[in-house]
Amino acid sequence: MAVIPRTEFQRRRNRRKWLGRAFHGMCLLSVAIALGMLAVLLIYLLIQGATGINWSFLTSFASRHPDQAGIKAAILGSIYVVLVAGVVSFTLGVATALYLEEYAARSRFAKIAKINIANLAGVPSIVYGILGLQIFVHNLHLGKSVLAGGFTLALLVLPIVIVAAGEAVRAVPPSFREGSYALGATRWQVIWHIVFPLAFPGILTGVILAVSRAIGETAPLIAMGALTFVPFSPDSPLSRFTVLPIQIFNWTSRPQEGFQEAAAAGIIVLLVILLIMNAGAVILRNHFQNKWEG
Amino acid sequence: MSKDVVSPPLGRGTRNAWKRKFLERAIAILLFLSSFLSILITAGIVAVLLFEAITFFVDVSFLEFITGTRWTPLFSSKQFGVLALVAGTTLTAVLAMVVALPLGLLSAIYLSEYSPDGVRRLVKPILEVLAGIPTVVYGYFALLFVTPILRGISGDIAVFNALSASIVMGIMILPMVSSLSEDAMRAVPRNLREAAYALGSTKLEVSTLVVVPAALSGIMSAFILAVSRAIGETMIVTIAAGQNPSFTLNPFVPIETMTAYIVQVSQGDAPAGSIEFKTIFAVALLLFAITLIMNLLSQYVVSRFREEYE
Amino acid sequence: MLDQDFILQTRGLSVYYDSKIAVTDVNLNVARNRITSIIGPSGCGKSTLLRCFNRMNDLIPSARVEGQVLFDGLDLYGPDVDPTEIRYEIGMVFQRPNPFPKSIYDNVAFGPRINGFKGDMDEVVERSLVRAALWDEVKDRLKASALSLSGGQQQRLCIARALAVEPRVILMDEPCSALDPFATLAIEELMRELSEDYSIIIVTHNMQQAARVSHYTAFLMLEETRVGFLVEFGESRKIFTNPEDERTEAYITGRFG
Repeated sequence: MAVIPRTEFQRRRNRRKWLGRAFHGMCLLSVAIALGMLAVLLIYLLIQGATGINWSFLTSFASRHPDQAGIKAAILGSIYVVLVAGVVSFTLGVATALYLEEYAARSRFAKIAKINIANLAGVPSIVYGILGLQIFVHNLHLGKSVLAGGFTLALLVLPIVIVAAGEAVRAVPPSFREGSYALGATRWQVIWHIVFPLAFPGILTGVILAVSRAIGETAPLIAMGALTFVPFSPDSPLSRFTVLPIQIFNWTSRPQEGFQEAAAAGIIVLLVILLIMNAGAVILRNHFQNKWEG
Repeated sequence: MSKDVVSPPLGRGTRNAWKRKFLERAIAILLFLSSFLSILITAGIVAVLLFEAITFFVDVSFLEFITGTRWTPLFSSKQFGVLALVAGTTLTAVLAMVVALPLGLLSAIYLSEYSPDGVRRLVKPILEVLAGIPTVVYGYFALLFVTPILRGISGDIAVFNALSASIVMGIMILPMVSSLSEDAMRAVPRNLREAAYALGSTKLEVSTLVVVPAALSGIMSAFILAVSRAIGETMIVTIAAGQNPSFTLNPFVPIETMTAYIVQVSQGDAPAGSIEFKTIFAVALLLFAITLIMNLLSQYVVSRFREEYE
Repeated sequence: MLDQDFILQTRGLSVYYDSKIAVTDVNLNVARNRITSIIGPSGCGKSTLLRCFNRMNDLIPSARVEGQVLFDGLDLYGPDVDPTEIRYEIGMVFQRPNPFPKSIYDNVAFGPRINGFKGDMDEVVERSLVRAALWDEVKDRLKASALSLSGGQQQRLCIARALAVEPRVILMDEPCSALDPFATLAIEELMRELSEDYSIIIVTHNMQQAARVSHYTAFLMLEETRVGFLVEFGESRKIFTNPEDERTEAYITGRFG
């Protein structure tokens, strides 16, 4: 111990030990704050909204009277819009991922496309709403319809689907592909019979996560022009609509306490839907993971 | 295995072969078109925003837009100083990062360096739940839960204020900071930690003097992405921060962000082609440009990080 | 030899990972200012044993140590012992060079700095690099990144980094396994010089190396029923020319051809 005198070292060591404990405590506290906020948020919502959830709330249309207001139109609107978004983003996302991974892997085009997709994932969602407003509502004359809303959200979540599908496709071992190429299969046959079925669970998980992102989106649909007050069920792809988050937003911004309770009830419904979808994705992933490994 | 995978015997089925070749070609083209669409989306965003923004700048001077501090397009005496909105966005984003950055980084250090494996596997997904909750829910929470508490602490705080929205936004982006930073820290090779421990370092010293510096690019990129996310966040600030564009850094008063302004105009029925309508394109273009630059910056930082390590 | 001549002694030392045993009941005496090598087939627990001497096994949650390790008579696993203090006196060099992604200077200065050294840091850095036989090669670029050095230079930097805190023992875990033969010779030469002032324990799978550099050699083995037990320990000269145990002989001759 030639470098540092013993007593000085001891003194410093005690300080370092103490600092280390304090730091450990701070790290733990940070995690506790984050988890605590989540708990407070959920408990607060339950207290505010649980009493408001009943059959008539789920099956009534919006109303000017808080106690008669319900989320039927919003739920139907959300389901329709998200169905459109899911189908479109699945189709385009899988096709894109297959092309980038199986046809153009390591090409300049794939590189540019991937950088582009990464950047699209970072574009604020409200910008997609403006894009949807101009392209789908105005240029393609779809109006502020279910279809236009679904397309808008499809573009918004497309990067998520492409990335998830790309990962799923890459996870298929090359030996499987080589095996079938060796039997004289064409590229598409290999993809259709080998790659796609094996990658499907991963792709589906990605689509569920993308759709659960879409179902919670508010801003892009407002920017696109979705309604905030809808006392009817959307009856065609071109009919006007609202969605659950917009209904919640609308109720939140009203001063009457009754509407705020309705908003909390709506939030609980929304969170339950999200919970079910995410649980589904997790179960799906675990189920297929076990299958692969076993 | 299905019968199409087996190729026909040589010399037979030339018609089939031709058909198959055609099909292969057609599918390849379809898939290519689909992947080209992603580039088209970016082009579409830029084109849509630029087109309307340019007609906006025919009517309003670009200099006024970019240097003015009063934003009143919806009033009769119209002024177009976007800095009022930029100030609102900056204020909320900075305050949100003041919450998210220390909490996120310390959480990441806890998960990566301190927590037992079982705890990490449990806590990380729960933290990520915070990022999966719809923003409208956070808006509700900010306005009806956090704001009343803040107003209980200080009477100077208005019903709509940047502080409440920012705190809640900080909680929302916290998992983004913590998850990405933790990934970067866990990528730091184990043998660097061992080298530091072998020199008599405490866990604190290993974390702050070795792991964090070695993962700094990954952590920085997480921060930049989180800032970009905070800038683009819409519903929390729309609901809780007010709709009052003001060139201020006072977090207690109502303000308006770029995103909240777009929602405000969208909710009203500004007729297409009117100057009010065009403003949202100019604002959105600015928003898009800012977030794009931050995303590119974040990718650049990460790519430098990789070079350093392999 | 008298007990005072041993700087490290293990008494009935066993290491478990969960319930799996990795080192079984090892009794070993490490002589002061000598080089002791630990040899044996892969998986025999050489590195695990080495890591008991500076309590690096503490970093693995599943690891459990039984028995005693005496450092100048003090039990390293005693209740009041702080592992960071032990590691300050017992330095370690690893299998693969692991310099921090910092400058050459900052790598060497790391240990003294965290331990609160307030004297002339330049002098400590220079002295450590000189003793690690690296000074002449890097003296003009101390601010350059340590990662810009070659593998052999990086390993010598890691040795300099360990020397900077003036440890009494240096543990080396296969320090040459990632190096070319030329760099290996440089490190071996360095070890012989360092053994005048330090006690060195080296784990190696290279028996020529053990025979060349070490004064004492411990041979560890694993069998189907037992893992990491000490077969034979003694002067290297004797172990490599005239081992007592036939398993040692079989291992040595098997490797020599």
